[in-house]
Amino acid sequence: MRGDPRSMTVLSPRSAAEAVALLAKNSGALPLAGGTDLMVIWNLGLLNGKVVVDLSGVAEWKKISVAKTSVKIGSLATHAQIQKHPVIRAKFPLLVSACAEVGAAQIQNRGTLGGNIANASPAGDTFPPLSVYEAVVHCVGPHGKRAVPIHEIFAGVKKTHLKPGELIEAIELPLPLKAPTRALFRKVGTRAAQSISKTMFAGQLWLGKDGTVSDARLSFGSLAPTVKRLRAAERFLNGRKLDAAAAAGAAALLTDDVSPIDDIRSTRVYRLEVSRNLLVQFLEGRQR
Amino acid sequence: MINLTVNGKKKSFKGPAFTRLIDVLREEFRLTGTKEGCGEGECGACTVLLDGEPVNSCLIPACSADGRKVETVESLGAPEKLSRLQESFLRCGGAQCGICTPGMLMSAHSHLKSGGKTDDKSVRTALAGNLCRCTGYQDIVKSVIGAAKKRSRTK
Repeated sequence: MRGDPRSMTVLSPRSAAEAVALLAKNSGALPLAGGTDLMVIWNLGLLNGKVVVDLSGVAEWKKISVAKTSVKIGSLATHAQIQKHPVIRAKFPLLVSACAEVGAAQIQNRGTLGGNIANASPAGDTFPPLSVYEAVVHCVGPHGKRAVPIHEIFAGVKKTHLKPGELIEAIELPLPLKAPTRALFRKVGTRAAQSISKTMFAGQLWLGKDGTVSDARLSFGSLAPTVKRLRAAERFLNGRKLDAAAAAGAAALLTDDVSPIDDIRSTRVYRLEVSRNLLVQFLEGRQR
Repeated sequence: MINLTVNGKKKSFKGPAFTRLIDVLREEFRLTGTKEGCGEGECGACTVLLDGEPVNSCLIPACSADGRKVETVESLGAPEKLSRLQESFLRCGGAQCGICTPGMLMSAHSHLKSGGKTDDKSVRTALAGNLCRCTGYQDIVKSVIGAAKKRSRTK
């Protein structure tokens, strides 16, 4: 069966407050942002009869604002909009790279950062950068607002810890105090565009004058039900002189934090091999 | 009621608000140039411009497009008077079965109109969301670059 538009009830709030109120009143209603995930499922006929809260009229959540210590990206900002923002380009280049690899232009022009998070795919392209930038997700619901660190928002495959009636209003990225010595985002898929990743890496590394690691933030996507920081590898690297042995040591700790599976896109063995290589290349400064 | 500006003309749609934009364009407004390929946002055959930007019209319910500007392949040229880009597709063999062509044209049109670069890599990136299953991409890319060259010569 295909999606039947006559079976749907559409609510069209004109403000954030109205959106929250409508969602609170209609339990089980589906919030609609860019629709790049929801409409695929709807087209298959799997959401017939549902109530949809169409957020396209909520202008205040489309803005990106820059403050002294952070950048706040409205949940309805699109991947295309994020790529064009001068401060995000300067301060958060890994997020820009990730947004440029989401689907292709048509998807980047519609898909939103808030929608990407709420959809909670294990392969969400923006998550490894959001993870190493230590993003905070701002949520709003019938019982008020709360701020949730990016790693605490995901509950599993396609599941979040958003409470019933809660919506994402913004994603906040703290501005870095010091630019990293090097940073990298790499998505590995079957082809360059329109593919879902087999593995995906984001890393930031700060080195001291003596070549020791003063800080490392390393994340992988598509290797677990949710995005994962490599806590064990980061602890291992901290304070250590960054040489080939250190890089190999960090790579050996990969499975302390990730647990890839065999699925339609790839295998556990392939994912681990490629991910170790990505990590070692990054740590040794050999990235393309 | 949903109000749209389609190819410069004001239109309204009184059907169910969750009707997909592609169905509004094809079934209601009889603009059948826009094609449906996959129906899941992968192939780009249904690409139209929404406020000037390429989007997949199979993934947009009409309610989300309310008040906005839509451009379809019918806005480019007519059979008796093709646009430079359409002529170039004809000249360079950029179309075969034709299903992907309207989407290819709209993505390419948007890229050229917004001043996008016309080297091979930039054109391929601009067309990355449009899949072609018969000609391969060589002649499509050649068509776009050819149209850009002609445009700069005739300026």
